[in-house]
Amino acid sequence: MIHLSDLITSPQAAIRDQPLDCFCAPASASRLLAECEALEKFRQGNENLYERVRALFFLAAIYRFHLPPKLGNQPAGKISFEGHAHLLKRRFEEAIEIFLAEQRAGGPSDALSSALASAYHQLAFQTLANQVRRSVRSVRGNQWMFRLGHPADQPLRFRPELLEEGVILRESTPVRMDLSHSAWSDIFFLGMDFPEGARVLNVSIDLGVHGRDAAPKPPVEAYLRVIDEPVLRLTSVDLGATADLSDLADVFDFAKDYLGLLKAAVISSGVVPPGMEGSGESLAELLTQLVGPGRGIEIVSSVNNIPKGSRLAVSTNLLAALISLCMRATGQARSLTGPLEESERRLVAARAILGEWIGGSGGGWQDSGGIWPGIKLIEGTHAQEGDPEYGISRGRLMPRHRILGEIDAPESTRQALQNSLVLVHGGMAQNVGPILEMVTEKYLLRCEKEWTGRQEALGVLDEILASLRTGDIRALGAATTRNFSGPIQTIIPWASTFYTETLIKRVETEFGSDFWGFWMLGGMSGGGMGFMFAPARKAEAQRRLQEIMSATKRELEHALPFAMEPVVYDFAINPHGTFATLLTGGDALLPGGYYALQIPQLLRTDPRKLGPARRAELDRFGSACRTRPELGGMVQTLFDQLLPRAKTGTDRAGSLGELLEANGFDREAHEQIRADLKSGRTGLAQNRLPATTTLEDVRPEDVCDATNGLAASCRAAGMAALAAGEVGVITLAAGAGSRWTQGAGVVKALHPFCKFAGTHRTFMEVHLAKSRRISQLAGQWLPHLFTTSYLTHQPIADYLARQNNYGYEGPTLLSQGRSVGLRMVPMVRDLMFAWEEQPQQILDEQKQKMRESLHGALIGWARETGEATDYTDNLPLQCMHPVGHWYEIANLLRNGSLRDLLARQPQLRVLMLHNIDTLGADVDPALLGRHILEGAALGFEVIPRRIEDRGGGLARVNGQVRLVEGLAMPREEAEFDLSYYNTLTTWIDIDKLLAIFHLTRAELGEEEKVAAAVRALAARMPTYITLKEVKKRWGHGQEDIFPVAQFEKLWGDMSALPEVDCRFIVVPRQRGQQLKDQAQLDGWLRDGSAAYVDSICAWT
Amino acid sequence: MKIRKAIITAAGRNQRSLPLQTFVDRDGVQRSALRILLNEAASAGVDGICVVICPGDRAAYAQAAGDLLDQLHFVEQPEPRGYGHALFCAKDFAGDEPFLHFVSDHFYVSKGAETCAAQVVKVAEAESCAVSAVQPTRENMLPLYGVVGGHREAGKQRLYGIENVMEKPTPTEAEQALIVPGLRAGHYLCYFGIHVLQPSVMGFLAEAVAANPGNIPLSPTLDRLAKTERYLALELEGSRHNLAVRYGMLNAQLALALNGNERAEVLALLVEQLAMRA
Repeated sequence: MIHLSDLITSPQAAIRDQPLDCFCAPASASRLLAECEALEKFRQGNENLYERVRALFFLAAIYRFHLPPKLGNQPAGKISFEGHAHLLKRRFEEAIEIFLAEQRAGGPSDALSSALASAYHQLAFQTLANQVRRSVRSVRGNQWMFRLGHPADQPLRFRPELLEEGVILRESTPVRMDLSHSAWSDIFFLGMDFPEGARVLNVSIDLGVHGRDAAPKPPVEAYLRVIDEPVLRLTSVDLGATADLSDLADVFDFAKDYLGLLKAAVISSGVVPPGMEGSGESLAELLTQLVGPGRGIEIVSSVNNIPKGSRLAVSTNLLAALISLCMRATGQARSLTGPLEESERRLVAARAILGEWIGGSGGGWQDSGGIWPGIKLIEGTHAQEGDPEYGISRGRLMPRHRILGEIDAPESTRQALQNSLVLVHGGMAQNVGPILEMVTEKYLLRCEKEWTGRQEALGVLDEILASLRTGDIRALGAATTRNFSGPIQTIIPWASTFYTETLIKRVETEFGSDFWGFWMLGGMSGGGMGFMFAPARKAEAQRRLQEIMSATKRELEHALPFAMEPVVYDFAINPHGTFATLLTGGDALLPGGYYALQIPQLLRTDPRKLGPARRAELDRFGSACRTRPELGGMVQTLFDQLLPRAKTGTDRAGSLGELLEANGFDREAHEQIRADLKSGRTGLAQNRLPATTTLEDVRPEDVCDATNGLAASCRAAGMAALAAGEVGVITLAAGAGSRWTQGAGVVKALHPFCKFAGTHRTFMEVHLAKSRRISQLAGQWLPHLFTTSYLTHQPIADYLARQNNYGYEGPTLLSQGRSVGLRMVPMVRDLMFAWEEQPQQILDEQKQKMRESLHGALIGWARETGEATDYTDNLPLQCMHPVGHWYEIANLLRNGSLRDLLARQPQLRVLMLHNIDTLGADVDPALLGRHILEGAALGFEVIPRRIEDRGGGLARVNGQVRLVEGLAMPREEAEFDLSYYNTLTTWIDIDKLLAIFHLTRAELGEEEKVAAAVRALAARMPTYITLKEVKKRWGHGQEDIFPVAQFEKLWGDMSALPEVDCRFIVVPRQRGQQLKDQAQLDGWLRDGSAAYVDSICAWT
Repeated sequence: MKIRKAIITAAGRNQRSLPLQTFVDRDGVQRSALRILLNEAASAGVDGICVVICPGDRAAYAQAAGDLLDQLHFVEQPEPRGYGHALFCAKDFAGDEPFLHFVSDHFYVSKGAETCAAQVVKVAEAESCAVSAVQPTRENMLPLYGVVGGHREAGKQRLYGIENVMEKPTPTEAEQALIVPGLRAGHYLCYFGIHVLQPSVMGFLAEAVAANPGNIPLSPTLDRLAKTERYLALELEGSRHNLAVRYGMLNAQLALALNGNERAEVLALLVEQLAMRA
């Protein structure tokens, strides 16, 4: 009999590459548990990292996907707070120990399985990250930097050429494009585990924005010079940031300003060695060692305003350029100018990996490809004896670069590629982090489809290489297109987006057979992409693509997170790789943008305080402005910098005011909340129920368990009501899906999140498809009503009109929000409470440092801007907030939607209310019938809790059974005593709801009476203060995320009103779970939830 | 192999006065620095010593040589073209024989009775190959020295086979090319300043001088030596003291005194100084 450990250790590839799913599918729960126990022992006693990691992923997958469906219907389990606390602190081994002990004591449960899956999953990634970190540190040439702790120990010295006055060293570096899309095989974990499969075709390119720049040039430039002040002066021209660092601690403070990348370069090049972090030593002394007493170093970066998220690895190549510059300056690279030697490139690439780790970011091992010239094949290599990786991982950290020569990629091919390919940035910016994790996990589990896809992708790469040899760009385009539609989407379906596919379709329609192919760059599509055309039509294609992308973006900008206007690039293959030049005499100038940033500041300085070197430089710059055409507009730029035009904020404030006015903003209530916040009467800590509250789990008799099905009579009653047209659906669609896009402000209802029946579907379409199926079943169309807000109303109305209500034949209605709040700058007290007093998920070492630094900066921002002042420094829609879903129901009454609905369908008795992200909720006849038969006012659906279900639950609060919001939990650990999680899906008896408001159907037309009723009940509802993340976009695709304070009233608190007759129904997880985060998507697809949703939909 | 000749380079333009300074040697006798260095060479059993000097320094050096003047040959380095070139100036003196070589701005203080130069010569004669004295040195001192990379010679204490030589490498280069298994982390074998070199070195230097009209360093030649013939490094039992650095002469004097016959007297002086300060 084969055991799971055989799949890991077998020398036979056929066994080793057997998919875990195939092993688990026929196994019983007891067999799986026995295998898990054996695997746990195996991984604990195993020294081999590769085998340990695979065992961890196996365990995570079994507990997440394979065991729970085989456990049958069991009472809801619980997860200990102690184990959860260990998880938060990243003490995964302790957490696993506790969860396993609980499993041994009380038997397996769905809840415990979820906790174990999470712990194993995180431990697996932690182990992999530790491995990469160890390898990065142990690369020869990197180790010494971690040993240095004192300035006197600094063995580096600047080269004498740079110590002369008026000399600048400039590094110009191309970016890289991945011509094959490597099927993410450049993820370090993959390269180190499966070196034979890690293959990338990587091209160094010069870049320009089409229509803006005269010609493509290496977009990345870095400058370095010695200055006569003992500081480290860092400037990022594109981010408009500059700082004089005189304290060593500031060099290691990455999130304090926008100079984190420059700091990471300074550290990883050994100028300020990483070993000095936290030493408390003097930066000036360190600089003395490097450049002499009283002197300092200035480093300037510029990326020619190439927008962020281009998928061309601009930031990694900038990091590499900066590192190369510092290494040349300190003699670590022998070539002071010109290109680098091969050994130097490898060292710079290794340092760039180190820099990315130090800066808390991460890239693939091909990303610093811009430092190599031309087209190269980058491949993983097996670790050999003597390598630091040997015996730990199968592959080396650093891949091998083979530059393709004239035979493999003739000049004519290069020219043909340039003549056909249109490179673009589609404007979307998405976090690809979760995708990279999914790829790693699927590879290690050898998921069958994905594993086959990976082999296919390797075949496609060979085809592309063959096309390069023969110069057949058309075949190349066909291969990249097949790669995108086949292996890439097989491995990660989420790599494609509705936007991308719309673009491809439109381009295909317009260019027909002259469109040779599509090619996706990087982690996911929507940002950097390539389209190949017949050369004769390239110029036209560049123009039309810009128009097509802009038009498509306008259609979809509320549905998908766009960070910027789409851009078409001009590009050329760079034959040199990174290249340095020593600028002397009149040429010793920094980029124009640098002076635009520095000169206004210098003009405010007493001229006598300017050093002679600065004065000489200003002279040089002045004469250059008069003679150099590229500095022609500088006078105007400087003038604008010195005398900025009236702030556009006036317009912004104006439109914000109008919007607030139009959306029912209550200034009086707002001022009251501000006063309460300032005085400490409200705040995050005040959301909590009093500490004296008795909070217990519910008893079995408190809920109705519908997970095993309900009586046939329930279904019959439900079907009768449906057939009689007594039921309607309300979907809460006012929210912006903050977690879905990290505060990007898209309309979640319109987000085409997943493909069903071969087409991307929005949340809204899924909900309508469910209503269609039930309507067809009942022979009566369900009225389906979506509640909206200031943010979502117009986009939803337009979208529904464009889509003709997705072909839904029943009444499709919108209930427009009438309540809106204005976000505020948070109180420092609340930020501290959220970040320091509430348990927080600790991150990986470097990321945690970054986060703490960022928190410090944000607390400073709140203090400086003014606590509890109005948040207005953003787009108006990003400054406003919806005020919680309680108001969405109240609005139904206030805006006449319910009145109109009842007028149209007077027999309506019951409404099913659910959240936009509860995809499994439909008007299930049995649940409906049960509600009708019970005769309660409100029937809340709950599900058995899993570890990821945070934010409250069903409880006995001082003896009363009710829902409690996570914000209101008197103690953090209290939530872990609760068996059930609130889905928010509610069955509402319309007349009884009206009675709660002290209203009748007839009175719904009396506006004032309704308003008074809503106000009266609102006053009895608790108000929660919450912190939400909001994105502020600026520059070229740059985004900052700010925490802002807002208030909410929540629907679940209706269950706390003593006069309301509430019932609580336990429903299956697939019905009740919510999809809040994009990272959930893959698990949701794999665990059968997506298939379940598909099964309850009727598509047109 | 017998070592009969020694070459001392003293042509550094900034350090030409150092060998003329007066010190008290280990025997308690006042001598010029040059005289002390000549003693070091003589202790290794050589019978001819060549000093490479700047033009115009002969008279002062001859005076500083004292009673060993008879054994001395002076060669002038006509123009300052680096360390390798200075050594090359003595090629006629060296002829076709191996030779002992050290610089004139360092003192070498042995821990035992055998002088540092004698230790190196002894090993070179026993092994019949070029030998350079080295000392494990922390990486923060790399900007000051030539550094060798290699391996321990099996079964031989304190002896290493040299594979690479680099002059003042960065720690990055050192870590990639100069790690010697068995040394403490972050430590490298840095030149001590005493070498026994084969005549082939003069041939390599001749090629370098012919190819390059500028500065000729010595390390690339030693690197070439390591790659063409057997070349060993000997970890010496002693210390080297650079006279050219700040407080270098004071430090060197103390090292001589504290390792000499009058150690107790000097210690007493130091203690007295310290006590007065308190």
